[in-house]
Amino acid sequence: MKTVRAAFKALGGVHPRYQKDATAGLAIETMPVSARLLVSTAQHLGAPSKPLVKKGDIVARGQPVAEAGGFVSSWVHAPTSGTVKTVGPMLTASGKSATVIEIEADGQDRPHDQAPSGLPDWKAASAKQLVELISGAGIIGMGGAGFPTHVKLSPPEGKKIDTLIINGAECEPFLTADHRLMLEQAGKIWTGVAIIRQILGAQHVRVAIEDNKPDAIRAMEKALQDADGDVEVVVLETRYPQGAEKQLIYSATGRVVPSGGLPMDVGALVENVGTAAAIADAVTRGIPLTERVTTVTGPAIKNPKNVLARIGTTFADLAAFCGGFLGEPGKLICGGPMMGVTQGAAAASVGKTTSGLLAIPPGGVISYSSMPCISCGRCVTACPMKLLPCTLSEYLEAENYEEAENLNVMDCIECGCCAYECPAHRPLVQHMRQGKSRVMAIRKQRAAQAEKKQ
Amino acid sequence: MKQETTQTWVLSSSPHAHSGDSVQKIMLSVILALVPAMIASVVFFGLNAALLIICCVASCVLAEAVSRRAMRRDPGITDLSAVVTGILLALNLPPGLPCWMAVIGSLFAILVAKQVYGGLGYNMFNPALAGRAMLMLSFPIAMTTWLAPSVGSLCADAVTTATPLGKFKLAGGAPDYSILNLLIGNRPGCIGETSAIALLIGGAFLLWRRCITWHTPVAFVGTVAIFSGLIYKIDPAHNLTPLYHVLSGGLLLGALFMATDMVTTPVTRSGRLVFGIGCGVLTMVFRKWGGMPEGVSFAILIMNGLTPLISKVMRPRPFGRRAGKA
Repeated sequence: MKTVRAAFKALGGVHPRYQKDATAGLAIETMPVSARLLVSTAQHLGAPSKPLVKKGDIVARGQPVAEAGGFVSSWVHAPTSGTVKTVGPMLTASGKSATVIEIEADGQDRPHDQAPSGLPDWKAASAKQLVELISGAGIIGMGGAGFPTHVKLSPPEGKKIDTLIINGAECEPFLTADHRLMLEQAGKIWTGVAIIRQILGAQHVRVAIEDNKPDAIRAMEKALQDADGDVEVVVLETRYPQGAEKQLIYSATGRVVPSGGLPMDVGALVENVGTAAAIADAVTRGIPLTERVTTVTGPAIKNPKNVLARIGTTFADLAAFCGGFLGEPGKLICGGPMMGVTQGAAAASVGKTTSGLLAIPPGGVISYSSMPCISCGRCVTACPMKLLPCTLSEYLEAENYEEAENLNVMDCIECGCCAYECPAHRPLVQHMRQGKSRVMAIRKQRAAQAEKKQ
Repeated sequence: MKQETTQTWVLSSSPHAHSGDSVQKIMLSVILALVPAMIASVVFFGLNAALLIICCVASCVLAEAVSRRAMRRDPGITDLSAVVTGILLALNLPPGLPCWMAVIGSLFAILVAKQVYGGLGYNMFNPALAGRAMLMLSFPIAMTTWLAPSVGSLCADAVTTATPLGKFKLAGGAPDYSILNLLIGNRPGCIGETSAIALLIGGAFLLWRRCITWHTPVAFVGTVAIFSGLIYKIDPAHNLTPLYHVLSGGLLLGALFMATDMVTTPVTRSGRLVFGIGCGVLTMVFRKWGGMPEGVSFAILIMNGLTPLISKVMRPRPFGRRAGKA
């Protein structure tokens, strides 16, 4: 094991005010189970899960309540014991409607009696066995994208993954959940890393952490000190978006994921530290993913905290656990300020990807009217994908989707650096998002036409 | 079941944070960066300089306000870009120019070079330079009548003289003004171009404020230095030294404040290098073989015209795309 500075300089990016001080020093607090939990069947990327329970069913903690709706999907488990009150569509934290299972807790938190036992001697287990355990535990990428982990761990024939990168960058301002997890549960994270490494047969392990978390770097170094083989803690320059997948792979290894490709195309796989810890629980103890650490913070939260909360805890309950709001918030954001999703009310709930809840007072909500582009080029410098957001935005405003596609709008990772920098306050990343969905629709149309011709 | 509240907090698409910079703040920084040059202009050319600056700024702002209003377009003058244009145009004028000519230049800069194109962000050419070019073509004598600087007196010296580059072009021989005079600005020329030190202080401020990047000024000045160094090496008797070339004429004012105008120059850093090199080569061609002793303004204007082409050819390769592969 050794610690190295990232050899490859991050591309673009910005330095927002990190504002992590409110919670970085606070130990993770376990929140008591709420009386009412809203468990979404669309917490992951891919097909929604199919509910296995109906109104009136009694469920126990850890009992599957929805099964994977396909290969790229995930299982969902009851976060506590209680009664299913409703199963139906509801607005979720993503801002979209999905089937949500409402559970009224019975207060006993009774565990599921048919839960699979873990494999304490997982070193003897086959890769297939381990991936099945992970899939059955409903584990998805907890860093934000929510890609089902078992899919990532099942690379197609011929794709060899030799490098496992563990993402502890936590580059979003305000959030400290991963930071605390690394400090408090470094050993568990390392167990998870070792399991993934065994599944993939990956020789190289890189644990990537930004240099604004020296204590987390030390904690991970300690946990990794006896690791065999090529294991490195890679210290990254603090800069948003270091934790973005393609950028992280580049910083940690110098490998460039081709446009439209996947990390496995360059033999790499990225897992978030929280995901690694969840994998350790699932494999060694048979515990499915029903809780996560989330940072509840922002100037409009009375007592900011890092909270270990059950999946399904409503934002209202989560805020109440942290002393409630200081006055009426102006904006409530699920996630961080750079990529988080605003909530119209505190009605939605914690999902497997909810890294934080950020409450901004009305005075902190900024709104702008945008001006014409003055070609300052700051968005170009900031873009970690080396795109031309200013030029793209003008084409997209003119609905010239063809030219936008030529200028690689589809490569945009929607990190928001361009809009963060723009002195003319142009909604650059917003134009890109809209443009991406339009180009996607046009591509589909094109494909349909081509099929018709044949 | 608890009733969901209908009240909603602000919904918006991320990011929910901003750098805090704005067009107005950038323009304000440019104005602040020009303060040393404005002070130097008044020190060396007295009231003439002050009057030109006031006339140009006032007429630019007024023209902008009236035209924006007539076209019912927002924003009006709050972005401060008209102030910047006014100051830059004034600093590019000879000290003895009558005020009414300066006003005509200002009106052309704002109305024709800027608003006709759609206003800030849409203009193809640097408005101040377009105004200066128009005055050069309309009033060639007034625009090339130079007064000697006179520190301490109220007005510029009434004695007409030639700029260092002008005199060398006509008569050749050893230059009149020492490098020290060129540095502090004690030499004939446009009111804001003479003091190299004042301009460098302003340029450093703009770099620090991230209003400019080093690429254009370094490429521009570097190209002039290399080009003039080469011809000086070949024929020292008929050429000025590179240092003299860099410090005389309007090179530093142009390279630091005009060739770095965001709107009319490329957005990429590599594009800015090409832009600067182009400006440098053209400037030296004009200085060496042109009909006039100085060519910075026209060099920049020509490169302004080539900016869309540079932007098109010099598009950065997105991360993850290899050369030759789609």
